[in-house]
Amino acid sequence: MKVLVAVKRVIDYNVKIRVKADHSDVDLTNVKMAMNPFCEIAVEEAVRLKEKGVATEVIAVSVGPKAAQEQLRTALALGADRAIHIETDERAESLAVAKLLAKVVEEEQPGLVVLGKQAIDTDNNQTGQMLAALTGLPQGTFASEVAVDGDKVNVTREIDGGLQTIALTLPAIVTTDLRLNEPRYAKLPDIMKAKKKPLDVKTPADYGVEVASKVSLLKVESPAERKGGVKVASVDELIDKLKNEAKVL
Amino acid sequence: MSILVLADLHEGQLAGATAHVVAAAQAIGGDIDVLVAGEGVQAAAEAAAKLDGVSKVRVADNAVYAHQLAEPMGALLVELADGYTHVLASASTTGKNVLPRLAALKDVSQLSDVIAVDSADTFKRPIYAGNAIATVKSDDALKVITVRSTGFDAVGTSGSATIEAVDTVVENSQSSFVKEELAQSDRPELGGAKVVISGGRGMGNGENFKLLDGIADKLGAAIGASRAAVDAGFVPNDMQVGQTGKIVAPDLYIAVGISGAIQHLAGMKDSKVIVAINKDDEAPIFQVADYGLVGDLFEILPELESKL
Repeated sequence: MKVLVAVKRVIDYNVKIRVKADHSDVDLTNVKMAMNPFCEIAVEEAVRLKEKGVATEVIAVSVGPKAAQEQLRTALALGADRAIHIETDERAESLAVAKLLAKVVEEEQPGLVVLGKQAIDTDNNQTGQMLAALTGLPQGTFASEVAVDGDKVNVTREIDGGLQTIALTLPAIVTTDLRLNEPRYAKLPDIMKAKKKPLDVKTPADYGVEVASKVSLLKVESPAERKGGVKVASVDELIDKLKNEAKVL
Repeated sequence: MSILVLADLHEGQLAGATAHVVAAAQAIGGDIDVLVAGEGVQAAAEAAAKLDGVSKVRVADNAVYAHQLAEPMGALLVELADGYTHVLASASTTGKNVLPRLAALKDVSQLSDVIAVDSADTFKRPIYAGNAIATVKSDDALKVITVRSTGFDAVGTSGSATIEAVDTVVENSQSSFVKEELAQSDRPELGGAKVVISGGRGMGNGENFKLLDGIADKLGAAIGASRAAVDAGFVPNDMQVGQTGKIVAPDLYIAVGISGAIQHLAGMKDSKVIVAINKDDEAPIFQVADYGLVGDLFEILPELESKL
């Protein structure tokens, strides 16, 4: 079966972000960008399914500006067979991305779609669930284990109280949690080979999807700064401060 | 305005987060109904009826809703959402799993992890691991929202809402429950605890986490962990505090052997008082800690336990 994997270009997770002076958004000029960490895990899982002989082809897809092709090339270097770039400079929200991915699912008919559970920029945690709803496929979100077994997939999910295992009929949508796997690094020869792998460029209009959403971003602010605290010299002083100054004991 | 709140359940009982979501619904204003869906949830429905501000509790008690699987829950919500202007759920793993399905099926956006209500259509939510706060306005006819429970104080329990049964039963042949492995603990739930003590990579191994037990017992605290401690296999992942784990905002947060990476701070920096115990006096955690103690945690923890 084909496995479709969705990747997003986001600010590198180590970068300390800056809010623009006019509070319109976060400043992304000259900032290091990378593949969203949860998407890396999704790519790794798809490639492992191919190595196990479960997947026959891995297709990476990304929605975003032209520069998102860098992240698709990364996915190709990690083992994806081909890529689809849906190019848009608009701020594509989860619903629009899910609609676009639903069109790709309709066209490619994958047996499994793997996405990250959330992007570390918008922190929405929505796209996989929305894609499942739009395609009418079952979902296994926050997966820490994925086991394909015939026409079913068993997904172990990280839930608030611990772990839950569910069985889904294929085709299905899976979103990855951090503990699903440890992504590999792309080797130089694979990065070179990735440059020759096919990468189709499409637009939202090709799929007849409107990217604009009814949610508008009015303002972005820095959170309230915490005041720098004090260092105490001993356990006694700490307990005294917590009892008499902070009054939390 | 008419608001439907999806009740959060934990092992069939009403979870504490629901009272926080009702508080968010009150901030929006309007009639508030609570939907309790699951199997054998009469007690949870009665608990929900006591929440202040709730006018009606709707109970969908059927085997198809057991374990609140996303597919039947999404289908049920789509059936019930008509007539409501807002559907809210807590940003728990269940709320996050189910609500985006409703949003997509109704062709509307979802607002995730809302921490403040500016008006019935304008909300604040953290982005970039809590390093920025976005104010967003939704012009969708139906607003689908998950609520970060630490952003709202729980409502009281002196209410007496009416309880009515929902007969809607949906089909689900796509997903089935296999098993659950829940971590057993006598301590308060991490998300709602007044005091949290967390260990990081500095704890060295899982065995050393026992050093936190005595202190947690004395303070009535929940025990958390950093991602480093979870990834190193010291403790199970449901103890993780951070952007990808639980978000907590207790009165007192004690970070032991935790450096204070952005990912971890996203999960705890709204705590009232933060204490850091770390041997590295340059650790970033000291920049957010109200009280910092530089030293060896293996000496400090036993001393702290004996003196509390």
